[in-house]
Amino acid sequence: MAVTLTVNGKTQQVDADPETPLLYVLRDDLELNGAKYGCGVGQCGACTVMVDNEAVLSCVTPVLLLEGRRISTVEGLGTMEKPGPMQQAFIEQQAAQCGFCIPGMMMRAQALLQANPTVDEAAVRAHLEPNLCRCGTHMRIVKAVMRAGELMHQSSQSGGST
Amino acid sequence: MTHSDVKNPTRRGVLAGGGSLVVSFALLSQVLAQEGEVQGASPPAEPRPKLPGSLAGDPFLDAWIRIDGNGKVSVFTGKAELGQGVKTAIIQVAAEELEIDPATIRLITADTGQTPNEGYTAGSQSMQNSGTAIRHAAAQVRDILIGQAAARWQVPIDQLRAENGRVIRADGQALDYGSLVSAEILHVEATPQSRLKPADRFRHMGKSMHRVDIPAKVTGAPIYVQDMRLPGMVHARVVRPPRPGATLVSLDSAEVERMSGVVAVVRNGSFLAVVAEREFQAIKAMQVLEMTARWSEGTKFPKPDGFIQSFKNLPSQQGVVAERSQDGVAAARTFQATFTRPYQIHGSIGPSCAVALLENGTTTVWSHTQGVYPDRAAISEMLRVPPEQVRVIHVEGSGCYGHNGADDAAADAALIAQAMPGRPVRLQWMREQEHVWEPYGPAMLTEVRASLDQAGRIVEWNYDLWSNTHTTRPGPAGSLIAAHSLPTPFQPPPAKLSITPSGNGDRNAVPLYAIPNMRVIWHFLPEMPLRVSALRALGAYVNVFAIESTMDELALMANADPVEFRLRHMEDPRGRAVIEAAAADFGWSNDPLPEGRGRGFAFARYKNLAAYLAMALELEVERETGRARIIRVASAIDSGEVVNPDGIRNQTEGGIIQAASWTLYEAVTFEENGITSIDWSSYPIMRFGSVPERIDVRIMDRPGEPFLGTGEAAQGPTPAAIANAIRHATGKRLYDIPFRAENVKAAIGV
Ligand code: FES
Ligand code: FES
Repeated sequence: MAVTLTVNGKTQQVDADPETPLLYVLRDDLELNGAKYGCGVGQCGACTVMVDNEAVLSCVTPVLLLEGRRISTVEGLGTMEKPGPMQQAFIEQQAAQCGFCIPGMMMRAQALLQANPTVDEAAVRAHLEPNLCRCGTHMRIVKAVMRAGELMHQSSQSGGST
Repeated sequence: MTHSDVKNPTRRGVLAGGGSLVVSFALLSQVLAQEGEVQGASPPAEPRPKLPGSLAGDPFLDAWIRIDGNGKVSVFTGKAELGQGVKTAIIQVAAEELEIDPATIRLITADTGQTPNEGYTAGSQSMQNSGTAIRHAAAQVRDILIGQAAARWQVPIDQLRAENGRVIRADGQALDYGSLVSAEILHVEATPQSRLKPADRFRHMGKSMHRVDIPAKVTGAPIYVQDMRLPGMVHARVVRPPRPGATLVSLDSAEVERMSGVVAVVRNGSFLAVVAEREFQAIKAMQVLEMTARWSEGTKFPKPDGFIQSFKNLPSQQGVVAERSQDGVAAARTFQATFTRPYQIHGSIGPSCAVALLENGTTTVWSHTQGVYPDRAAISEMLRVPPEQVRVIHVEGSGCYGHNGADDAAADAALIAQAMPGRPVRLQWMREQEHVWEPYGPAMLTEVRASLDQAGRIVEWNYDLWSNTHTTRPGPAGSLIAAHSLPTPFQPPPAKLSITPSGNGDRNAVPLYAIPNMRVIWHFLPEMPLRVSALRALGAYVNVFAIESTMDELALMANADPVEFRLRHMEDPRGRAVIEAAAADFGWSNDPLPEGRGRGFAFARYKNLAAYLAMALELEVERETGRARIIRVASAIDSGEVVNPDGIRNQTEGGIIQAASWTLYEAVTFEENGITSIDWSSYPIMRFGSVPERIDVRIMDRPGEPFLGTGEAAQGPTPAAIANAIRHATGKRLYDIPFRAENVKAAIGV
């Protein structure tokens, strides 16, 4: 069955059973690697993406629910050549060991900061609670998200004046 | 004794063949002797001195470094990126000695088709082995190029220097590396000594270079084995028996074969898998197959209650780890206790995955294994083909903290690929399969009896530990789960007790403190009712927990400050230095803390021969619930010469958080019918709400010292520092990991 999805601003048709979790459509049909399979049952956050402005676990979200919604993955935040503020901050803070959990962390944080880039550290920690990291990169992830907030805030300020 | 045939020329063979080079090397060693920069063993003599690091196993320089006619440098390491940042550190080392821009290096990691065999990427030894080899090889390659330029220009080498991929002479003329290399020039054996750059001339080493792998990881570039997409690739899932040893009695695969996208149901004895065009189709088919497969009973698990306590009564062999005695010291007071640690999982966030392709009689396997060569040996034995017909290529996976499911997934994929010639097979484990089938860190029980004299010095130390082996890695096919299910199954090889300097279950079982009378025994348990293997730090995790908990109790008995008490017994100056640094950075004192708060200290030198680490932490115990939460940590680490300080910091922070998670939350649970910790809700780990507010890592500056590795140094001290802080906060000592809220609550009796 054909499903129409809008991912990172691009609308495309994929041929998938409507019950297929978004994760597999992103990875296998759209060849996007950002969302990772970690548990498949909504317990780890490795598959986190944004739908409209919310962080969503793509491993437990059937594509059927997503027609007409705006889906974004870490690939939509920027590229290696032109990293977005969230990516820039994670590179600056060297916030990864294996990195497997990181795209999910970034997408969950993006949803938080898009609503309010000036949140405090406690809010960041509380917001990231659903996402697991096994390498113990937590300290850096929190710092990177705080830094991303700064960068986003700065660019929204300067964006207003130019 | 020197092989001077063309295929395997020694350095001297090559030099003898090219007159001018002999001159330049003679000159070179003169210059070196004057500069006093020669490091390593004395010049070649009989018997041949050992080459530095992994050069000993693979002495040819071009096994490690190759330069093409355009000057493009390729560096080969047998070690693998596991998320520890080793690629970046190796690039830094190579760039430093070769005098080139790190960004220009092409680094090839573990691949049986291309790189040296460096065994496993394990034991925090990548920098000691591979880093050392590449550093020496790079320095020797640079000097060969300088020698070439000297010959070409007919000038003495002391008038030349290497810089940015070129050899430059005093008048500013330059030759780039590409124009100086020729086919055979680097195909020479390394010499034991190299002209290593001194620390004060470093451009890259000792500096925090950004990790080369991070930009790809934050942008979603396909860098994990999980991300591989080969043309024509199919997706596979395995169906495991309900318990080890169960065999497949009957299977009705007709329904599954009719499911959309299903390409094949693969059955080989009791090995069962399904292959589909798309991944979610494979998962659905696997679920149906699980329901239709009928299995024999298999092996029951032991009854969990009191199982770890029963270790003392199980059949065991004794290994003497340490024994020393001086007579005539009278013990005044004695502390005695039993410590335990449950089975614990590696629990990588991404379950194990592999891609395999059988083509033209060769099976290629892309795997996140820690050892491409041992894995190749195991897989080829399992497939009953010669090793040359299997190639194993390392591709990064999710974080690796020891022997996890990687090798088993590689074997699964290889086996399935035999049924699908010409089509790449991507096999990934489900979360539950990872939790249930990966080899666990072994449960352990230890007993300590230690005594003080009147003056408050430790005079006697008796330590007994009960543990399985901590290594059941491939090598043999019998170490692979899939091989157990074949029509002619391979059996796991029997485990053997062996006492080695770096230790196994007995790793760090000997306190590094000055103690005159000591006896340390490993009661080796050969039976492994739960599958076990290497988990980060092996026995050091529980041995340091027991030793450093005991040190605090002895300090209390001696009425001494825990830090001062450790220093009193520590003769190694580098050990003293990290203890003092961690205490200073923490602001260690005996000042009272708010209600419910406590401080704890711990120290170990990993394996008693690698990195030194000391840490102090403050935590809070919530009396009503028993929940312990770490507030802040100050640590100091000495990993020898520093290559990438931020990399050391990153790994140390990670090690502390991971070990804190093991200690506060983690235990595999099981009943006779099987493992019951099957996901993240039945096996909880640390989440953001519980990570410390801050973790400081001070790195000791040790220019010129050998690399000591970093990855596992924090694993032992962390549980001890936590237990000591809980003791300080509540007055109660905890002996049994994990310190979950309910256990702490029970211990403090509220
Ligand atoms: S993979 Fe979706 S929450 Fe774990
Ligand atoms: S960086 Fe490895 S799981 Fe988070």
